[in-house]
Amino acid sequence: MGHYVVRRLLQAIPLMIIVSIVLFALVNLAPGGPLAGRGQSKRMRPEQIAILKRQFGLDQPLYKRYIFWLVGNDWTKIDTDGDGIKESYGQGKGILRGDFGMSYRTRKPVMDSIKNSFKNTAYLMSVTLVVVAIIAIPVGVISAVKQYSIFDIIVTSLSFIGQAIPEFWLGLILILVFYVWLKNPLTGDSLLPPGGMYTQGAAFSIIDWTKHLILPVTMGVVGWVTWYSRFLRSSMLDVIHQDYVRTARAKGLSLNKVYYKHALRNALLPLVTIFALDLPYIFSGSLYVEILFSWPGMGRLYYQAAIDRDYPMLMAILTIGTLAVVFANLLADIAYAKLDPRIHYD
Amino acid sequence: MGCIVLGCIILAVSLAGLSPYDPYKSDMSARYQPPSLAHPMGTDALGRDLMTRVLYGGRVSLAVGFSVMVITLLIGVPVGAMAGYFGGRVDNVLMRITDAALALPSLLVLILLGAILREVDAPALKQNPVLTIAFVIGILAWMFTARLVRASYLTIREMDFVVATRALGGSNFRIIALHIFPNAIGPVIVEATLEIAYAILEESGLSYLGFGIQPPTPSWGNLLSNAQEYLVKYPWLAIFPGLMIFLSVISINYIGDGLRDAFDPHKVLTKMGEV
Repeated sequence: MGHYVVRRLLQAIPLMIIVSIVLFALVNLAPGGPLAGRGQSKRMRPEQIAILKRQFGLDQPLYKRYIFWLVGNDWTKIDTDGDGIKESYGQGKGILRGDFGMSYRTRKPVMDSIKNSFKNTAYLMSVTLVVVAIIAIPVGVISAVKQYSIFDIIVTSLSFIGQAIPEFWLGLILILVFYVWLKNPLTGDSLLPPGGMYTQGAAFSIIDWTKHLILPVTMGVVGWVTWYSRFLRSSMLDVIHQDYVRTARAKGLSLNKVYYKHALRNALLPLVTIFALDLPYIFSGSLYVEILFSWPGMGRLYYQAAIDRDYPMLMAILTIGTLAVVFANLLADIAYAKLDPRIHYD
Repeated sequence: MGCIVLGCIILAVSLAGLSPYDPYKSDMSARYQPPSLAHPMGTDALGRDLMTRVLYGGRVSLAVGFSVMVITLLIGVPVGAMAGYFGGRVDNVLMRITDAALALPSLLVLILLGAILREVDAPALKQNPVLTIAFVIGILAWMFTARLVRASYLTIREMDFVVATRALGGSNFRIIALHIFPNAIGPVIVEATLEIAYAILEESGLSYLGFGIQPPTPSWGNLLSNAQEYLVKYPWLAIFPGLMIFLSVISINYIGDGLRDAFDPHKVLTKMGEV
C-alpha cells in the first residue's frame, strides 16, 4: 500500500507540471490582461503602466514568468526601474516554497486572502455536508428498503426535480420567496436575509448567523441530497438482497437493526469513494452559492479574480483546485482499498 | 412524458419567429410590464417582450446543449475506441491525456475560459457564440464519454465475433467502426442524452455569471444575469427563464433515464416478467 501511494504521488508530479503549464499559459496569454482595464482610465499614463508591468513581472517572457512563478525570483537579478540594468534580487519565493505571490488588486499576499476565504467556504460547506448527510442517508435507506412504495416514488420524482433545477436559479427563487415575499408576521421584516454571513455591525448572535446560513445551505444541499440519496438507494438495493442480510434476519434481529447496522454499513462503502471524488466539486460548486449570497469565500474570490485578471490569484486557486482533484482521486483509491479488503493494489 | 415536454419546448422555440415582438428592439414606453395578455411573461428593462426573448434564448441554449453533445461524441468516441481497442501504449497515452483533463477543476477553468473569450476580439468567435461556448464546455466534458467507450471496447474486443472478423482479415478501422461500435453504442447514447442536459445547465450558469453568451443575444442563462437586482420589484424576470431551463433539463433527464432502461436487457426482461 505504501509503495502504491508513493508511486501515485510520483505519477502526480508530471501531471501537475503539465497541467500547471497549460493553465499558466492560458491565464497569461489571454487577451485583455490585468492592465487592460487600467489603461482605459484617463488617470494612468503609459509610463505608469510600464512601471506596473515591471512590478508585476509582466515585462518578462512567458517561460521566465512561469519559472519565477514556480521557483521564485530571489535567486536572480531583475530590472525594477526600467533602465535595462538588472540591479536587485526579486522578492518572490515561488509556489514550490509556498509563495503564491502578491495579488495584483490588493497588493497583499494571495495566500492571506485565500486563507480567509477558505475558512468561510469551509464553514458553509461543512454545515451543508452535515445537512446533506442527515437528509440523504435516511432517505436513501428508506427508499431502498421500501422500494416502489409511495415514499420511494415521491422521493424519486423529487430527485428528478432536484437534479434539473439550475443551482443559481434555485437560489434566486429562495431569495424571492423568503426575502421578498414572506414577511415575519410580528415585525413585518423579511423572513430571512438575502445574503452575507452575518448582519453587518451587529453583535455576534447565533440566531443571526443561523438565519444567514439557511438559504445558502438550502441552495447547496438540494443537488447533493438528490445525488447521494439516489446513490445510497441503489447501493442499499445491492446489499439488502445478499445472503448475510437474510442470515441476520433469520437470526431474528429486528428489521431496523438489520438495515441500519448491517446493511447500511456496507452500502456506505462505495459512497465513501464517491464522496472523496466529489469533495473538490463540492467546494468549487459553492461558487454560485457564494456569488448569489455575497458569501466571502473562495468561489467569490475566484470570480472576482477572473474579472480583474488577477493572475497570481487565479493561478493560486487553479493550482489548489487541481491539487485537490488529484489528491481526492488518490484518497478515493486508498479509502476503497482500506474499506474493502478484496481490493489490493501493488 | 419527457418527450412531450421537450417536444413542446422545441416546437415553441422553433416558432419564436411568429411572435409579434422583436427580441432585440427596445420599447422604452413598455419597460418592466408585469405579465399580461399582451406580454405573457412581462417585459424587461428595455421594454422587450420577455416571452419572445425566452423563446429566442431557448434556441441558443438548446443549440449549445446539442452542440456540446456532438463535440463530446466527436472527441470522446474516437479517443475511447482507440484506447480500448488497441490497448497498450496507445491506451496509456490517451488515458494519461484523459486523466490530465479530468484533473482540471472544471468549473474554475470554464469560468477562466469564459472570461478570456469575452475579451477575444475575433469576429469569427463573436459571430458564432453558440459554437464557441459549446466548444469550451465540450472540451471539459468529453473525458466521461471517452472512459465509457473505452470500457465497452475493452470487453467487446475479446468477444468471438471480433476475433472472427480479424481472422477473416477485417482491418482495425473496420472492426472499430463497423463491428464493435454498434455493440457499444447503448450506454453512449444514454450518456450523450444526459450530456445535453448537463450542457444546458453549464451554459446557463456560465451566462448567468456573465462569462457565457453575451447580450444582446439572449440565452436562458444571461436573461437571468441581472435578475437578482430586479427580484424585489420585477420577479417575473427571474422566474420564467429559469423555469424553461428546469423544464428542458428535467425532460431530457427523463428521456435519458428511459433510454437507459431500454438499453438495459436485464431491466427489459424484468418488466416482461421473465427474470
